[in-house]
Amino acid sequence: MTPDKLLAIGGSAGSLQVILAVLAAIDKGFGMPVLVILHRYGRLPSSLEELFASRTTMPVKEVEEKETPQAGTVYLSPADYHVLFENDGSFSLDYSERVHFSRPSIDVGFRSAAEVFGQGLVALLLSGGNADGAEGLQIVQERGGVTIVQDPATAEVPYMPQQAISRMPPDFIITAEKIPGFIRDGGYR
Amino acid sequence: METGPAIRSEEVDLLLTDLHSRYGYDFSEYSKASLTRRVQRLFSLDRFPDFAEFRYRLQNDGQYFRRFVEEITVNVTEMLRDPSFYRTLRRGILPVLATYPFIRIWHAGCSTGEEVYSMAILLEEAGLLQKSLLYGTDINPVVIEKARTGIFPVGQMQKYSENYIQSGGVRDFSSYYTANYHLAKFDSALTARMIFSTHNLVSDFSFNEFQLILCRNTLIYFERELQSRVFRLFDYSLEKFGYLALGSKESIRFSPVADRYRQIGNEKIWRKVHDP
Repeated sequence: MTPDKLLAIGGSAGSLQVILAVLAAIDKGFGMPVLVILHRYGRLPSSLEELFASRTTMPVKEVEEKETPQAGTVYLSPADYHVLFENDGSFSLDYSERVHFSRPSIDVGFRSAAEVFGQGLVALLLSGGNADGAEGLQIVQERGGVTIVQDPATAEVPYMPQQAISRMPPDFIITAEKIPGFIRDGGYR
Repeated sequence: METGPAIRSEEVDLLLTDLHSRYGYDFSEYSKASLTRRVQRLFSLDRFPDFAEFRYRLQNDGQYFRRFVEEITVNVTEMLRDPSFYRTLRRGILPVLATYPFIRIWHAGCSTGEEVYSMAILLEEAGLLQKSLLYGTDINPVVIEKARTGIFPVGQMQKYSENYIQSGGVRDFSSYYTANYHLAKFDSALTARMIFSTHNLVSDFSFNEFQLILCRNTLIYFERELQSRVFRLFDYSLEKFGYLALGSKESIRFSPVADRYRQIGNEKIWRKVHDP
């Protein structure tokens, strides 16, 4: 079934622990697919998929080309590809130029998700040391989606959430500690 | 990155119809998500005031259409990308190809040719280059011109050298090129075994029979129906017991020819084990 909602999480340096805490807080009953767009910088564990799966009861998998996302499943952006969405909500991978030195780029993923899911999109931007994600988040807001940014004061690397906040007022700025509960309880609704 | 007015998907459809009737290039079965993004990028890059002007220019300026093809097709590539893939070629595939009197390899969607040169280096080290012919094709004539020169930015060489070592290479990678200022020109003995030509996977036919076809990160830009047609084209162009190699997120699994192929290990390499 084609979903009309999506939770998209964008993270870079310092975001892994928050992502794992979010995944631990939600379960299969979570009413939408979860896409994690994570920069693969130097020292990440090689099998992120397994690491994610160890923290959640939800099925975890890398995005497959032309697959339709299912509610209650966690999708991880593959290394070295941008993640886009077709109009029918299915995933589409793209190996074009890096954006903000990044592939996957959060801007690219957020923008495409915003165009397809509109108001059904919840976008969460976490810790990171680069400006990726800020522009994408702004487009999410323009298309009526929910924008949530990790409180930079609680981010291991505050630059990325700061960039987003200086560009636009996000709907919610939440501390690292409160993000998992906020997502689980649908505090953004 | 992408500013200015947004192009709507109906407008993209309109452009594609124009280009098909005016120039004979059919992009209608390209994946819309990527294509729209590329069209939007070009539209912003070239600062058109509105869609109408963009469309008019494309309809009436053949030179600009060339630029369009160059810019909307993705030409990102590197030498020996995914070293473990090349290690499998070295250890598992080339020893089999060595048993043939003559080896024909097709790199479909080869862009600026980095993978063709990578393969030529592997063949050279296996002592097979002199009995091999490598065909590199792409829809985009500009990248094919570049591929023919065998000249790449010297700044990439350190990365390629690392890939080379990880792929099992034991020579000095720099022995394959001559550096001059910011350019590296690859040995003409490699280029001598290559044939580059434009070829459109959407509309052109098979042109030979091969023992190995590589098409990595091109099919992700096609819709399912077109992917299936291209798989049939590859199947038709591949000898029995030949190999087909795809990109790391691509698979033959959902294609109409899947049941004739068996995957080699964990890499995206399949062997044709049955005839149709």
